[in-house]
Amino acid sequence: MTAIAEAAPAVSTSDTLTMAGALNRALADALTEDERVLVFGEDVGTLGGVFRVTDGLAARFGEARVFDTPLAEAGIVGTAIGMAMNGLRPVVEMQFDAFAYPAFEQITSHLAKLRNRTHGRVELPIVIRIPYGGGIGGVEHHCDSSEVYYTHTAGLRVVTPSSPADAYALLRQAIDSPDPVIFLEPKRRYWEKETARLDHRGSTLDRAVVRRPGSDVTLISYGGALGTTLQVAEAAQEEGYSAEVIDLRSLSPFDLDTVAASVRRTGRAIVVHEASRFCGYGAEVAAQLSETCFHYLEAPVLRVAGFDIPYPAPNLEQHHLPGVDRILDAIERLQWDDSAPAAGGGA
Amino acid sequence: MTTTERAAASHLLPSADPLGLIAADGSPVPDPALELPDGEVLLRLYQGMVAGRRFDTQATALTKQGRLAVYPSARGQEAAEIGGILALRPQDWLFPTYRDSMAVVARGVDPVEVLTLLRGDWHCGYDPYRANVAPQCTPLATNTLHAVGFAHAARIKGEDSVSLVLLGDGATSEGDTHEALNFAAVWQAPVVFLVQNNGYAISVPLSKQTAAPSLAHKGIGYGMPSVLVDGNDAAAVHAVVEQAVARAAAGEGPTLIEAVTYRVESHTNADDASRYRDRAEVEQWLARDPIARLKHYLTGRGLLDDARQQEIDARAEAEAATLRERMNVDTELDPAELFRHVYAEPTAALRQQAAELTAELTTGNQA
Repeated sequence: MTAIAEAAPAVSTSDTLTMAGALNRALADALTEDERVLVFGEDVGTLGGVFRVTDGLAARFGEARVFDTPLAEAGIVGTAIGMAMNGLRPVVEMQFDAFAYPAFEQITSHLAKLRNRTHGRVELPIVIRIPYGGGIGGVEHHCDSSEVYYTHTAGLRVVTPSSPADAYALLRQAIDSPDPVIFLEPKRRYWEKETARLDHRGSTLDRAVVRRPGSDVTLISYGGALGTTLQVAEAAQEEGYSAEVIDLRSLSPFDLDTVAASVRRTGRAIVVHEASRFCGYGAEVAAQLSETCFHYLEAPVLRVAGFDIPYPAPNLEQHHLPGVDRILDAIERLQWDDSAPAAGGGA
Repeated sequence: MTTTERAAASHLLPSADPLGLIAADGSPVPDPALELPDGEVLLRLYQGMVAGRRFDTQATALTKQGRLAVYPSARGQEAAEIGGILALRPQDWLFPTYRDSMAVVARGVDPVEVLTLLRGDWHCGYDPYRANVAPQCTPLATNTLHAVGFAHAARIKGEDSVSLVLLGDGATSEGDTHEALNFAAVWQAPVVFLVQNNGYAISVPLSKQTAAPSLAHKGIGYGMPSVLVDGNDAAAVHAVVEQAVARAAAGEGPTLIEAVTYRVESHTNADDASRYRDRAEVEQWLARDPIARLKHYLTGRGLLDDARQQEIDARAEAEAATLRERMNVDTELDPAELFRHVYAEPTAALRQQAAELTAELTTGNQA
């Protein structure tokens, strides 16, 4: 194998950086620490990726480990499967969410199933990075929220970070995982900055986290919509509602324990995501909460999601994506009774 | 590459007619580009084909007895199946399709484990790392990309290993085949594509599958040397695959081989081939039988006598008898296995579902 560039520290020092920068650091650290790790896809080499997530990696680690492929998504995932069967750990990029659809057969028919088909003898530690979702004014086929295609497929892990530090931790964990991981990067959060200490050792791949504690209602969200949801929690506070915000991080497996514990305390829940509502991820969360928390619920579990339409053109997307007002309206609709602590503000 | 160099790529073109070394009547056909395998290799090919056919007819019989859910026969394709496999070195890898059970067995995988898929017990019954055989692939052409990735990884790791991928004529129309040929050529990956053109993709004949002069012609568009070979001539298939493996191992990149052969049986036992082809056509191909052809050659050269023939037949018969006996044992499957290999560790939801199934089965047993 090619020589490995000089070692970078496994835990980076406290730094101000964007999510794209944090992902770049995660790839660099993984490439440094494990010579089996490879990074490839379309334009990830010399250009450094259309979002610059792989910036500088080809120059630093060489063309054998970070390289451009022909323009063919099934080819990228299919060859990654063969490479993983032969002991490597590919991290591949699908340039945009909808660009991954040509690779769907390889993902669902093989990537997700080879462990199962072979009684666990074939392990595929592959990460498929997919910039996903809207909010950046992209044209059609560049803004899909395709998460449930993957979460519906057994054998795949599906994760999505919502902050730079978590992006670093989740990607390192995803690369270390023996299971294939669909790694959804919310592109509207790529340039948000955060000062954080990058560390992946305290993180787990399949746990949700409470981003903001609250007592009146649980807002459950992830990825691109998480930022809006946190804004809603601030605004709701002014109206007298204490909202708890949960960042799911892992969409598959779903961390029911963390979510249900919160909902049993608050008695009310709203799932917020930008993907279409019908058969969307919120439907699964709502169903699981009604099955496990029914007697704790003061109101139906609501979903605030994108409309059931193809992703709209850029100048209309603000009407499709759940905004602060739409989520606040949902909180108002949760049928607060007079004895509830927030009754005054919610009337 | 300059325009002149591009135009000069005619060396990538396959021959107009399939290459062959032994004619249908068993007479030798010398070819300056191909070396006839030595007598020992020819005898191994012959024995492999006899055993392969016996395995195939046994599997077909097991289907009729309800022991197999389905079986896609490769009868008539023995030269392509065995000729290719025996050209591989131990460190090489095979990426087979659902029709290539015969090839997988020839590679050294336990026949009962090979038939686990078709019996319906599990989707792959063998350990791919034991004989370097990937799980048999049911979707068409997807295995071509796995072979390219595996071969590319071998090169990255500095390992001397070549991947041989088997696909049919129908699979050459799938997008994955084209992506695989392109990736392999761009990367100069050590991989050999062996297309078994058996005439039909279920019911659709080659003439409705492609407008190309031959399937081997598809290689030139990707910048890959291509070979058209008589797929019923085991000696010729073995010789071209061996050359392609040597090229790949020497770092000279991939080769596309089209072996022209014929599917004598229906697509599977569930298909009725009489609806889409004439008996006369089948008869014509039966006359070109790959086993009879090599037998004529070997006996004509004094390499095969009655005693040796009986020995080969007896061995194939014994293997079939053992297979029959082992397949006639009812298997006991553990339902808990359903949940064990979805992820490295079962998730909380899967543990819960496993418990639900166990409870369901316990209640059922008590009832």
